[in-house]
Amino acid sequence: MTDETAPPLAETTVDTVDVTLVDYGLGNLGSLQRGLERVGATVNVSSDPDCLARADALVLSGVGAFAECARRLAPFRDALLDAAADTPLLGVCVGFQLLLTESTEGAPEGETVAGLDLIPGSVERLPADAVRVPHVGWNRLRLERDHPVLAGIDDGDYAYFVHSYGAPAVDRALAACNHGVEFTAMAANEAGHVLGTQFHPEKSAGLGRRLLGNFVRFAATFGD
Amino acid sequence: MTLTKRIIPCLHVATEDGQPGVYSGVNFRDLERLGKPVELARSYNESGADELVFLDITASSEDRETMLDIVSTVAEELFIPLTVGGGVRSTEDINALLRTGADKISINTAALADPSLVDASARTFGSQCIVVAIDARRRFDWDGEHYTTADGESCWYECVVRGGTDPTGVDVVSWAAEAADRGAGELLVSSIEADGTREGYEIPLLEMVCDAVSVPVIASSGCGSPADAYEVFTRTDADAALAASIFHAGDYTVRDVKTSLADRGVPVRLDHA
Repeated sequence: MTDETAPPLAETTVDTVDVTLVDYGLGNLGSLQRGLERVGATVNVSSDPDCLARADALVLSGVGAFAECARRLAPFRDALLDAAADTPLLGVCVGFQLLLTESTEGAPEGETVAGLDLIPGSVERLPADAVRVPHVGWNRLRLERDHPVLAGIDDGDYAYFVHSYGAPAVDRALAACNHGVEFTAMAANEAGHVLGTQFHPEKSAGLGRRLLGNFVRFAATFGD
Repeated sequence: MTLTKRIIPCLHVATEDGQPGVYSGVNFRDLERLGKPVELARSYNESGADELVFLDITASSEDRETMLDIVSTVAEELFIPLTVGGGVRSTEDINALLRTGADKISINTAALADPSLVDASARTFGSQCIVVAIDARRRFDWDGEHYTTADGESCWYECVVRGGTDPTGVDVVSWAAEAADRGAGELLVSSIEADGTREGYEIPLLEMVCDAVSVPVIASSGCGSPADAYEVFTRTDADAALAASIFHAGDYTVRDVKTSLADRGVPVRLDHA
């Protein structure tokens, strides 16, 4: 195959990866499902916690308030923690925040709501002193560490964000972003197979397609 | 800070004899058919649009079912965010549209009729997906609360609803602040006077609304050239500029506008490979 005929990396499809989208009643699953299917995954949308163990990879989305998402996710908690021990897991937006330790969103003053604590970190409201909140639109990623899902993605590339809460500094950050304050755009656990994006890859045009394709390929070879 | 300014093409969609079309008008009237929604959506997705707005301008309820199918076909074409609005009345309507593939929902008439709809939808779906759209009309009397100067005369802006046909007596700036307080994640601000004129955005209106709220503001109505987008981003604190007819008619591509903005120092996303 010559360079001229080789498909771009992100367009390469993998036809054997079963990705399970966790359907706990919140989130725009349609866009994520389409995004994953376009990069070659077979997507199964499941609201049955017992199905999670069988997936090659898991994707956790979320919209709205952290506390409400955490409440609805409760029946999946044990199954997700079990599966996450040896299955690649991608969290998106609030789905990413749920992978972290805790959030102040929806919690009484001075308290926090617990997340899955798969990646250490705390989520808090973005300060609106100098910038508009929610943070809506395309902003640049600053890459912090290397990871297979970042293949073909460069420092300074744009991703699409829409959120009012964020994790200021996570030790396991793969990428950071700035909107009034520095916050974590992307992070992974120490083993590297549990990861999340504060931005929406399924809405982030070329960068998003590349990242989802990389995740699917990462899942395909994980544990080989 | 590297958050970029967004350029958002808007599709005003209606059906005629069962066929969906994208329409454009002047001052919210005299609609002209300019293309097919799916074809235009595809081309905007490819030419670097930062988002797409889809407004259902059909009047009848029979056509609304058809419209869900059209939204779904448009969503299929996109790898960028899609906002859908027009005739949204309840959280059930919002849920149906989100399930069809919309990422954000714009509400207008129903929110002014019952402002608690903004609270309820923000609570259920999150502020990030609730856009309150406001259609403004100049008023040159003393019934308003917030005044500015437009074309040399003191004026305030009144919210109008039902596609610009019904006055409400409500001051736009007061409503903008209330909508943001109630949980709107963004405001989409249009002007009856500027709509379709291609003579530039209604700057005094947008200045006042941007000053009154801390959520992002999408400027709409009046864009006729890249210079108009430059003007709205440099004279107001708007986060996004929406345009319709200049793109549908092919006068400029999204890329033309963004390249021109980048050349003049406005931060925009150009690497949309």
